[in-house]
Amino acid sequence: MTAFVEVSHLGRSFDVSKPWLNRVIERLPRRNLVAVSDVSFQIEEGAVYALVGESGSGKSTIGRMLAGLMTPSAGTVKVAGADLHADPAARKAAGIQMIFQDPYASLNPRWKVRRIICEPVVVAGGATAGLAERLLEQVGLAAEDADKFPHEFSGGQRQRICIARALAANPRFIICDEPTSALDVSVQAQVLNLMSDLRDELGLTYMFISHDLTVVRHMADRIGVLYLGRLMEEAMPEQLFARPRHPYTQMLLAAAPLMEGRTREIDLPKGEVPDPISPPPGCAFHPRCPFAIDLCRKERPELRDVDGVRVACHRAEDIVPASAA
Amino acid sequence: MIRQFSAFWQSDFGWKFRHSPTAILSALVTLILVGAAIFAPLIAPYNPFDSSSLNLMNGFSAPMAPNAFTGEVFLLGTDDQGRDVFSTILYGMRVSLFVGVLAVLFGLVLGVTLGLIAGYAGGRVDGFIMRVADIQLTFPAILVAMLIFGIAKGIIAPQYRDQMAIWVLIIAIGLSDWVPFARVVRGATMVEKNRDYVQAARLIGRKPVAIMVLHILPNVLNPILVIATISLALAIIAEATLSFLGVGAPPTQPSLGTLIRIGQTFLFSGEWWILLFPAATLLALALAVNSLGDWLRDALNPRLK
Repeated sequence: MTAFVEVSHLGRSFDVSKPWLNRVIERLPRRNLVAVSDVSFQIEEGAVYALVGESGSGKSTIGRMLAGLMTPSAGTVKVAGADLHADPAARKAAGIQMIFQDPYASLNPRWKVRRIICEPVVVAGGATAGLAERLLEQVGLAAEDADKFPHEFSGGQRQRICIARALAANPRFIICDEPTSALDVSVQAQVLNLMSDLRDELGLTYMFISHDLTVVRHMADRIGVLYLGRLMEEAMPEQLFARPRHPYTQMLLAAAPLMEGRTREIDLPKGEVPDPISPPPGCAFHPRCPFAIDLCRKERPELRDVDGVRVACHRAEDIVPASAA
Repeated sequence: MIRQFSAFWQSDFGWKFRHSPTAILSALVTLILVGAAIFAPLIAPYNPFDSSSLNLMNGFSAPMAPNAFTGEVFLLGTDDQGRDVFSTILYGMRVSLFVGVLAVLFGLVLGVTLGLIAGYAGGRVDGFIMRVADIQLTFPAILVAMLIFGIAKGIIAPQYRDQMAIWVLIIAIGLSDWVPFARVVRGATMVEKNRDYVQAARLIGRKPVAIMVLHILPNVLNPILVIATISLALAIIAEATLSFLGVGAPPTQPSLGTLIRIGQTFLFSGEWWILLFPAATLLALALAVNSLGDWLRDALNPRLK
């Protein structure tokens, strides 16, 4: 059985060299920023796959490559069996849509809501009569809102409009790039609930990108933890929260504020994320890892199965979380 | 219509307008001059280009003074051929404004198109277009216009030259002022193209041209009005300069610049009015349009609020 979305050995680097003339005069080498390297995972149809990581970990880059907005420099993305980047028709057939982080930038400020929502159908050449009204009601807004401009709505309402636009394209797979991080906490829950309701109704597959583990916990069927463009751990939410295998995941969980944690001293993450232009040799996490041994500094650990969890750590078996969160 | 006007009058922008004497005055002068130019055939007491109505005996009449031979009185006097200066100014302004507006429109379309392409495509295309703009900026605009005029003169047969002169003038001035439009639009496009609504449009399957025209263009047009107004004043002056130098509007279709060129030959023989009144009109027109543009720039700049 093959998965709906199959990502294998995906990589992307950016050329961040200075302009040609500066390089020649100052004798600087070309500089490459490796945003994503060797990332492989699969998403089952109808599932929610969550990618979490700090800023700069490459999660948005992966999202853009999965949407076909950016071409990978290595590896392949297959959606419903077709290679997204080799076959131009595959992108259309796969029905991929995206919901963006900033609801204030993702709607054309000069267009009325009706035109925004109907755009995917207009491009595909379908009939749009009553479509905007139906979709607006489906995402919990009023049919009369179709004749307003985006600036008349709040952030949460705008995000609902974005969802309506995505739905108009009749998608099978929706990539959500931090859809709630720009919203108030009270609105976050509403948008998340709407998204899970739509999944149940329409049988959608989601990839959910977030930096917030607590948001992901209730939505995701599987969580991938990203660090410096590499997958560190991949597990079901129960496994991940009950027993994080990778020291980085443990650190993330320890840093997340808890409801009952008012009295708890929060362990701050130690150290900074290294410069992705010159990543450390061996395991990318070793400079911040309390369990690092010589092997970690020399050899990069591959992602491997440990008790049904995929984890990239040499010492996955012998590390027991300090505070079994 | 009335409701829209009162909405405009009540708006923030309208408030600024009502409280700026410069804006009111320059808008008023612009309105009067443009109106006079548009309705010239109705306002002008004579048709200066109808040779049957011209009487050489009326030549060199001083303003508001009866002519020595015919006793006719002309508001602003007459030139050597007996043409009413007031009427020639009205008709001349028509030509000046026609050339100015069309030249700015031409420069606007060219500049906005190239700016959009440069900003959206980036890389080599951007580099090429902006280097061409840089190179053009190193030449004075008037030199570029004269160069184009010279080329056109070589291509167009002599018998069509007078007819084509106006159009050549429009293209020459338009080609010399597209750069500010292109620069502003390019900068704004580079900001807009990375916004998520453009990404969403790509995901929906819009082609690059459709994205540029439907999505980006409406969002980068704001500063264009200001540049266009200031460019209009510059275009009118450029047209007058070219016509004054004898490479612009022909004497059969004189613009304000042509009138000034004709008038300056009589300056030392004492007929000052043939020069002074067209020159004063040009000054008033350019000044009014320019200060209107200046005020627009300040009024529409959110940072100066």
